[in-house]
Amino acid sequence: MKLTKLAALAATTALCAPAAFAQEMANEMTLVSWGGAYQSSQIKAYVEPYLEMHPEVKVTWDESSAEAVAKLRAMNEAGNVTWDLVDVVASDSMRLCDEGLAVEIDPSADLAAAPDGTSAEDDFGDLLVSECFVPQIVYSTTFGYRTDLVGDTAPTSVCDVFDLEAYPGKRSLQKRPIDNMEWALFCDGVAKEDIYDTLGTDEGVSQALAKLDTIKDQVVWWTAGAETPQLLADGEVVMGSTFNGRLFSAIAEQNQPIGMLWDMQSFDLDGWIVPEGLPADRKARVMDFLKFATDTQRLADQAKYISYGPARASSAPLVGTHAELGIDMAPHMPTDPANATNVHIYDYEWWADNRDDLNAKFEAWLAK
Amino acid sequence: MSDMTDTAGPVLAADGTPLKRSLARALRRQKLRALLLIAPLLIFILVSFILPVVDMLYRSVQNGIVTNTLPRTVEALADWDASTGELPDEVVYAALAADLKEAAEAKIHTKVGTRLNYENPGMSSMFRKTGRKAKKFDLEAGGPWKEELIDINKGWGEHDNWRTIQTYSPTITSGYFLNAVDMRVGTDGPEMRPEDEQIYMKLLGRTLWMSLAITSCCILLAYPVAWLLANLPARKANILMILVLLPFWTSLLVRTSAWKILLQQQGVINDILVYVGLVADDSRLVIINNQFGTIVAMTHILLPFMILPMYSVMQTINPSYLRAAKSLGATDWTAFWRVYFPQTVPGIGAGSILVFILAIGYYITPALVGGTKGTFISNQIAFHISTSLNWGLASALGAILLAVVLVLYWAYDKIVGIDNVKLG
Amino acid sequence: MADSASNGAFVEFDRVQKSYDGETLVVKDLNLSLPRGEFLTMLGPSGSGKTTCLMMLAGFETATHGDIRLGGTSINNIPPHKRGIGMVFQNYALFPHMTIAENLSFPLEVRKMGKTEREEKIKRALDMVEMGAFGGRRPSQLSGGQQQRVALARALVFEPELVLMDEPLGALDKQLREKMQFEITNLAHNLGITTVYVTHDQTEALTMSDRVAVFDDGRIQQLDPPDTLYEAPQNSFVAQFIGENNTLEGTVKEINNGLALIQLDDGELIDAMPVHDSVKPGARTRVSIRPERVEYNKDRIQEGAHTLKAEVKEFIYMGDIFRTRLSVAGNDEFVIKTRNAPDVERLQPGQQIEIGWLPQDCRALDA
Repeated sequence: MKLTKLAALAATTALCAPAAFAQEMANEMTLVSWGGAYQSSQIKAYVEPYLEMHPEVKVTWDESSAEAVAKLRAMNEAGNVTWDLVDVVASDSMRLCDEGLAVEIDPSADLAAAPDGTSAEDDFGDLLVSECFVPQIVYSTTFGYRTDLVGDTAPTSVCDVFDLEAYPGKRSLQKRPIDNMEWALFCDGVAKEDIYDTLGTDEGVSQALAKLDTIKDQVVWWTAGAETPQLLADGEVVMGSTFNGRLFSAIAEQNQPIGMLWDMQSFDLDGWIVPEGLPADRKARVMDFLKFATDTQRLADQAKYISYGPARASSAPLVGTHAELGIDMAPHMPTDPANATNVHIYDYEWWADNRDDLNAKFEAWLAK
Repeated sequence: MSDMTDTAGPVLAADGTPLKRSLARALRRQKLRALLLIAPLLIFILVSFILPVVDMLYRSVQNGIVTNTLPRTVEALADWDASTGELPDEVVYAALAADLKEAAEAKIHTKVGTRLNYENPGMSSMFRKTGRKAKKFDLEAGGPWKEELIDINKGWGEHDNWRTIQTYSPTITSGYFLNAVDMRVGTDGPEMRPEDEQIYMKLLGRTLWMSLAITSCCILLAYPVAWLLANLPARKANILMILVLLPFWTSLLVRTSAWKILLQQQGVINDILVYVGLVADDSRLVIINNQFGTIVAMTHILLPFMILPMYSVMQTINPSYLRAAKSLGATDWTAFWRVYFPQTVPGIGAGSILVFILAIGYYITPALVGGTKGTFISNQIAFHISTSLNWGLASALGAILLAVVLVLYWAYDKIVGIDNVKLG
Repeated sequence: MADSASNGAFVEFDRVQKSYDGETLVVKDLNLSLPRGEFLTMLGPSGSGKTTCLMMLAGFETATHGDIRLGGTSINNIPPHKRGIGMVFQNYALFPHMTIAENLSFPLEVRKMGKTEREEKIKRALDMVEMGAFGGRRPSQLSGGQQQRVALARALVFEPELVLMDEPLGALDKQLREKMQFEITNLAHNLGITTVYVTHDQTEALTMSDRVAVFDDGRIQQLDPPDTLYEAPQNSFVAQFIGENNTLEGTVKEINNGLALIQLDDGELIDAMPVHDSVKPGARTRVSIRPERVEYNKDRIQEGAHTLKAEVKEFIYMGDIFRTRLSVAGNDEFVIKTRNAPDVERLQPGQQIEIGWLPQDCRALDA
């Protein structure tokens, strides 16, 4: 028993970077992600390569990211954290960090530097929105429209969503105030930089809701990312918001008559957090994996499987072609300069403060 | 025998001990054995049902976090009179600085921020931002803290924020419950929230009436099916029973999604109506993403819970009752209405209670097919559990829902009588 | 068989047939008529068609062929609730959600009777079955016998001319059953109502009825008053079904002076009354002798009696009678019953005795 353990340790150290010396590492890891195409891109881009290097490690998946915050809180209260690494959106990582449910990450020590020597902190830059968060990808919530149902002139501006005369028919929006309120204010003439100041006032909230009121009858509200592509495919809506990767697969993989409307796309981040309260050996393993999985090459590799932009600046030039379709992925990235002429940067801090309040107002408005 | 009872003293058992004690001893052993036998079930129910309910009720009022995280501040703030409209004095700020430093080192300052943010938006970032600096506070040399803290975040200079801290310093709070009934603690005690934030009472009302509508639809649809089940020859009844149970073998999501395909505007039902010519192509019916969609989908999903108790009650009704009624001169309708139907009421009652209670707790189906007007209060509970993490509010809403169910149960008992509920 | 064309018949079955599946007949060519005021019992094993006949009369089943007449008019197409026939069910079928008084009130209410008249009739009907004090109770609070009385009262409260009873005493214990048999007969005769009673219990049929129709295989095998039925069964089924019976099989040799000479299968020759039409020289037959008509005490064997050798197999002391199983002419199940008297010898198994019976007690029936 002890011998085999020692042998395994020796093998690990022989194969692996010097970081592995310090601590004995557990050989099991439970990763939590979203399932579907996104999770398979993670498996192909860095989990399988990691397992090739460390055949002794066994990975278990849990597709619980949507309820990750609540579940982690419950695990923490019960004193039994079974997850090792959890994929969450940026706002959830902030909540987890605020609640003390996620470990703070030191980018210089815990993350790999870029190949050109740029430190991880600089390479990720502004995207390190929380002390506990290691971003993987930039995705955006943006609009798709039915090319055959919008008449001769395709929509070019997010404000076309609010234009029922030019583009009659139903549109789908996510059932939450985030993004929708900002788009409404923007299309009601509020300058981009003033959006959050306006939204911070009662009048601003009323203004946004009043703008949404003009299309309320024509809105189908969605809660799951798969809904808008389906609604578009069925012809239930002429345009709708969803995650850009979902639209990519509808367009590129399923050849649906859908066009992308990148104007005012709302950037968001998805990344890893490490739960608080892991035993030392498990934590050592997960930190080792995390360093590998978020290095420049791995993040660039992920973009071969899904149209989300790598969170590292140094990864962008390495993005190549789609692993199966062979198409150039760069033009489908939300971060591509052609797509990112007018983007909406979502203010995590502001929403963390005001989400509960605005949600109550938004729900009350919905129920009216 | 007779002379035994005639004597004045206590009746004795064969070995001379009083009969009562000897009987009690014998029974105690029996009771103990019975208790041991049901112990696994008892413990299971206690752990998996009673304790969570108690925990939920406790969470809906529990508020220890403020005092535990900011003990000095709470103590210092006790003397502060919020009604003067002035900010607290330096003592309170110093206490806060000390509390924050300690909390930030233990990384619990953001938790209290999140808690207070439920009541007063903006306090979450106040604590988060201040906490970052608080680790470096020099409590001996630093200060004056009033200026320094306001300098770090101007929120500390706002009277309202201090009032919130003071209001929510007790370890027990009614805040969650007030919130759950669209109220809040104002300057002069509890008051209604502004109209544009009132939602829960409206949702509760909607949940109740839609659950009633669903229950009624289930009764209407289930009754003939249950009757067929109970009266068809065994072979046909078995096939019908399989059809009734079949939905249980399909995922809830699949069934709900199937309704989407059927009911949406480009869906099967609208297509047929347009094809038949009942509806014009440009005025297709909106029968999903509203209350109608929720009622249809949930009636379908909950129907078996109505059919099964009805069926099991109908099965016990001997067909000779109907024959007897007819032989006594009753028409088919009178025989049904006066003899058969009253005997099925316990089944209807059991099915209705089952369906109603399941319905008011449903959230997946309303979320998927309910649109904006067909969602339930459980959707808000789910939102607060998994997204906003305001478990206190979720617990308060859950407790209110529980109370409503108990009140309805009590009313049912008063009106119909709970003995009149039979599952077979 | 009764003459279906007889005038004054109240209930008439005229060539009635019934099939459920279109392949087999449950009731085959039923002809039956009963006059007003008669207590008729349909007796037979289960599956003999007796209950089907009752249900057709009540209107819960329709005749596949033939006519059922009540008071001279065909009721084939009259729904049950318009027939005005009272019915008592096997399980009483008292409505469990109503009190006793409400149960009795039900047939009166559907007849739109006024309240005072209803109450008066309910009281009278309940008093009639000695249940006057129980009007406010629910059926579940009554004993089986009490429920039976209430069911009877309910079937009678709207004063039907015809009452049907479907094994109404089946669920009662023996003592109560005997008491109720007596009460029902009395009530029926006192009220002068016509009763059709279905049972599979022959004692019940014999003690209660004016006439008994013995059913088997979808036909009435014999329709006669109880004593005729017992003493003069027309065929071996009736002989077997009613009371205890011994059978000996043989072949008819000849018929002389109204007596048939029969050679039993073991060669013994006996005389018997030729009853069944099929008893002709050369035909197979079954000879039926009642156990109590066989004697073994030499003093009691009457003159002219036929005697036979027998071996005692079993002797059972039953108090008022002795029951002896014998081996007679190759039949090991030959039973005789002897009244207990001081001069009667108690037999031992294995004992060889001589038994005797009168030829007129010995009936040659169909094989």
